[in-house]
Amino acid sequence: MPLSTQCQDDDKKYVLVASLDNARNLSNILKAITFKDHAIFTATSNGLQVTVEYCKTLQASAFIQTEIFQEFTIKEDLVAFQINLTVLLDCLNIFGGSPVAGTSTALQMCYKGYGYPLTLYLEEGGVVTVCKIKTQEPEELIDFDFCSTNVINQVILQSESLKEAFSELDMTSEVLTITMSPSRPYFRLSTFGNSGNAHYDYSKDSDMMEMFRCTKTQTNRYKMSLLKPSTKALALSCKVSVRTDNRGFLSLQYLIRNDDGQHSYVDFFCCPDEEGEEE
Amino acid sequence: MRFRGKIVDVACLNHFTRVVTTISKLTKTCVLRLNPDKLFFVLSGKVANGGVGMWCELSQANFFDEYQMEGFNPENNEICLEVAPENLSRALKTVQNAKSVKVKLTKKHCPCLTVSAELPTMSSISRVVTHDVPVDVIPTRLWHELKEPSMPDFDVSIYLPPLKTIKNVVDRMKNLSNFLVIEANMNGKMNLKIETDLVSVSTHFRDLGNPPSGDGASQDGSPTRDPHSMAEVRVDIRKLQQFLVGQQVNPSKSMCNIVHQSVVHLILLHEDVSLQYFIPSVA
Repeated sequence: MPLSTQCQDDDKKYVLVASLDNARNLSNILKAITFKDHAIFTATSNGLQVTVEYCKTLQASAFIQTEIFQEFTIKEDLVAFQINLTVLLDCLNIFGGSPVAGTSTALQMCYKGYGYPLTLYLEEGGVVTVCKIKTQEPEELIDFDFCSTNVINQVILQSESLKEAFSELDMTSEVLTITMSPSRPYFRLSTFGNSGNAHYDYSKDSDMMEMFRCTKTQTNRYKMSLLKPSTKALALSCKVSVRTDNRGFLSLQYLIRNDDGQHSYVDFFCCPDEEGEEE
Repeated sequence: MRFRGKIVDVACLNHFTRVVTTISKLTKTCVLRLNPDKLFFVLSGKVANGGVGMWCELSQANFFDEYQMEGFNPENNEICLEVAPENLSRALKTVQNAKSVKVKLTKKHCPCLTVSAELPTMSSISRVVTHDVPVDVIPTRLWHELKEPSMPDFDVSIYLPPLKTIKNVVDRMKNLSNFLVIEANMNGKMNLKIETDLVSVSTHFRDLGNPPSGDGASQDGSPTRDPHSMAEVRVDIRKLQQFLVGQQVNPSKSMCNIVHQSVVHLILLHEDVSLQYFIPSVA
């Protein structure tokens, strides 16, 4: 691989080196969470996590496991930094966003540690681009404290079914309510906009419903502006898991399959809207 | 002054339309110079254009089946017209499936280039379409500004990489910076670089090849120039992007000449059209 030589001279100095034969396996996932400029990169021996937070009420993370990379070398237990996500995406897509069939951009990311820029080597068709992006001290991530023991309701749906609903959501509605219940309507998305109220119901017996585990009837409200960004992740995914816990916190987990059939995950955690109530 | 031209071949018409459309993407107004053998689309590099210059040359015989012109006078047998190429492009686009297209210099409420064509219809009677493209006749005292720009005494001359690749990279770089550095050497290497507080990006092209001296090479022919030494120009990225946006057809040859920290001179050669574009450096 042509790029494997790029980092060799400074090999000892890099705390993180990650390579991909196809940069899209990273850039596509990052697109799913690019609704804010800055993201926190956290790398461990398990792989890479990229997190974006908004107003302390929304947190989105993309997980790219070590197995997805052709090379993943980390010299510390934890490497973390903050970086401008839009700049990173422009660099990852430097050879153009719409790839020609049969070609791919190879990528190598290198990081020397605190205070150093993230260096990217991208190669396509014999042309090499080198990018050095400034990094900042990572802000502390909110712990939404969402654990499986507190989960009250969970469904797993094929994304297909939700994509249509999300694309048609009445954006004049300030909130989106999610009702989950062991009895009808089972799983319902509702909006209350200028054109009236709209409900999208998904039966537990539907073909699209892969798992249905609802123990208690709950209706929670979430600000539409917080959930709208998740549409990108939904569009890229094949499956989505929806969970709510005893506080009404929402966890959306998207399963994304890349060009090579490998899986990555994108998680969205969202706080309920102030006036949210449990029935 | 008279001008009358007729295009009959559909391929010539398409080609001519594409050329005019490319010009319309490069500049809002330019000068159309006509002499008995050639047509030129000219933009002289004035401060008003941000110093950008353009020179596009076509042999009339490659496009027109009939071509008659009478210039200003026998000593100055040329016609120079200021025109908005977008208007001409629009007119030509509407007559793409005509049997023949005539272009004439006329005087309506003002001087015009009149494009007229017979378009086929479902019935046996054809439909005649006429477009009057207003033009401004340029007086002879200003013709000295419209001469072919002389080949600058450049430091490096190099063949360009595929325009599509450059365009993709420049499009992304434009999101990151307002200025871009183009550098190249006589060893076939070219780099495009941007640098801001947030990020630095450099794209490296190799083995591009350099045109041999004499093939548009420097007259000064300084043999002592180190082939590895780079000549560079810092340009407004939008000007480079504008040049790239207009290119619809792959040229048979494309190259650029660089005068260190002064100007970059881009040359595209197609079978019957040549296009030169000058972008000045910014501080």
